[in-house]
Amino acid sequence: MGLESYLNGEGFFTTRVNDLLKWSRTNSLWPMPMATSCCGIELMSFAGPRFDVARFGSEVFRMSPRQSDLMIVAGTITYKMAKVVRKIYDQMPEPKWVIAMGACASSGGMFRSYSVVQGIDQFVPVDVFVSGCPPRPDSLIKALLDIQAKLKKEPISKYY
Amino acid sequence: MKELLINKLKEKFQDFIEEIIDYSNELTFVISKNKILDVCYFLKNNEDLKFDYLVDICGVDRFKKENRFEVVYNIWSEKLKYRIRLRIKVDEKDLQLDSVTSIWKSADWYERETYDMFGIVFLNHPDLRRIYMPEEFEYFPLRKDFPLIGIPDSLPLPRRN
Repeated sequence: MGLESYLNGEGFFTTRVNDLLKWSRTNSLWPMPMATSCCGIELMSFAGPRFDVARFGSEVFRMSPRQSDLMIVAGTITYKMAKVVRKIYDQMPEPKWVIAMGACASSGGMFRSYSVVQGIDQFVPVDVFVSGCPPRPDSLIKALLDIQAKLKKEPISKYY
Repeated sequence: MKELLINKLKEKFQDFIEEIIDYSNELTFVISKNKILDVCYFLKNNEDLKFDYLVDICGVDRFKKENRFEVVYNIWSEKLKYRIRLRIKVDEKDLQLDSVTSIWKSADWYERETYDMFGIVFLNHPDLRRIYMPEEFEYFPLRKDFPLIGIPDSLPLPRRN
């Protein structure tokens, strides 16, 4: 079980720096909750004890963009709010990822209207879109796992 | 109750009440545009009426040549426990109307909303700016000739990269 089984009774093991950094990074994504409407409730459930995202190392929700590396945009984004979302995204340190959670953030959803941005990918780069209105917390965990899979594929040198 | 109200108003503003609508147990007075301040002042300060709570002000776009817009005031009297509605017809050529902020302070944001959505200008309003849409927006979104999805590029988005 776990790391000990690789040690074979010895005090050390060897690995590559690339793998070590990736391993630590994938299991400590700190999300920035950009919750603007009802998806935010599912987002709380995602962090709560029932779905418990701590199992995947992302339980540290940071209210400051400067301390986080994953922005979860949960909810309807209006044109007025778009400037704020972009500002918060710009304040996050590199490397950073974005999840568009739910129909509204992904495509405007049911609000096909003059005031709602029809998809946040018009102004921030999005890594994973989550379907649903609102999505179940399971779907959001799947999106987090997709981000982790994406991270594992990319060489760490891309960010340094 | 209805008789009291109608008589009181008719007694004072006989010539300025264009229409009295009593439908579905709701009483609506259509008032001449230039008398709105006097009527509101009377309704609020008369000892027997005391309409002290302005519930809402909203605009309506009837989308016709004459008197295209309407402004609707919903008011409530805590003394009478009664609710009435005032309606003002506003023509597209003259979109100006007296503000009632001097009578009910809560009219401030309602009138800003009506201005933002329909472009009806309230005279003597303390701070008539847009309330929902960005300052630089040029259109009035609840007008019937405004497309639902909006006008492309009228609201700027931040650059993607």
